[in-house]
Amino acid sequence: MQTLAQRLANPTRFMELSGALLPWVSATAAVLIAYAMYLAFFVAPPDYQQGETVKIMFIHVPSAWLATMGYGLIAASSFGLLVFRHPLADVSAKAAAPIGAVFTLLALITGSLWGKPMWGTYWVWDARLTSVLILFFLYLGLIALRSSIEDEALAGKLTAVLGLVGVAILPVVKFSVDWWNTLHQGASVLRLGGSTIHPDLLVPLLVSALGFTVLFIALHLKAMRNEILRRRVKALTLAAVARSHGASVTAAAE
Amino acid sequence: MDLGPHAAFIWASYAAVAVVLAGLVAWLVFDGWRQGQALADLEAQGVTRRSTSKDAGT
Repeated sequence: MQTLAQRLANPTRFMELSGALLPWVSATAAVLIAYAMYLAFFVAPPDYQQGETVKIMFIHVPSAWLATMGYGLIAASSFGLLVFRHPLADVSAKAAAPIGAVFTLLALITGSLWGKPMWGTYWVWDARLTSVLILFFLYLGLIALRSSIEDEALAGKLTAVLGLVGVAILPVVKFSVDWWNTLHQGASVLRLGGSTIHPDLLVPLLVSALGFTVLFIALHLKAMRNEILRRRVKALTLAAVARSHGASVTAAAE
Repeated sequence: MDLGPHAAFIWASYAAVAVVLAGLVAWLVFDGWRQGQALADLEAQGVTRRSTSKDAGT
């Protein structure tokens, strides 16, 4: 009796399932994001302090959440590779890195564009902003390390180790606003005692976060499918080279 | 729609998200198409996986 994880561990089974799921997941993401944009621009009121710039929150906060979630996914996949040797764990970790990097970059860009009108500066070296910048560099480091090693298995193991070591940045990102005196505001949604945001702004934010999360899942599924195809192409190319080499050796012997 | 004195920052934020995510989607779709083409070329040359008959279409 195989567990669900064991059944999904088969790349062929994963390709079948993800191929069927991907259009539905993508469509769900598109509908949710479109609805979130409608709520953001036509329903949500301006904030009593920040005015209309609060609209940036509807894309900045989901981007920031997905920046950390993406790294959490890489860390979990790395653990799955190093401990359980799950065949798809390395594929998952490799596929998540550029997507997580993109959402981290978007969190930095939108945060900077929100910071200028609210704080008077695009950037300040406070703990939250700096730790997110380090997270972005960690993503780039994972991508660079993997691409610098030709042996796929070795590259997977080494990036998994770096991925697990780097997970220490996640609590720093999350609690930086509590541990240090930062210009960045403290947690206002995921906090003990409940959210401090008015429901008129909270609902569009949560719809947007859900939409972008589903988009992240769709992007990750697509990237994993691409990676499985890439590995098949590589394996077949090597097989073709070996076959032609064997044929030439046979011809030479004759 | 009047987004107030800081409208440029709001539009720039949304534009950045739209452009960057559109780029990511385009890259993933193109990469998938490229890998699919490469796989089809190899299979057309008669180079196939042992399990190809079991999972045709993947």
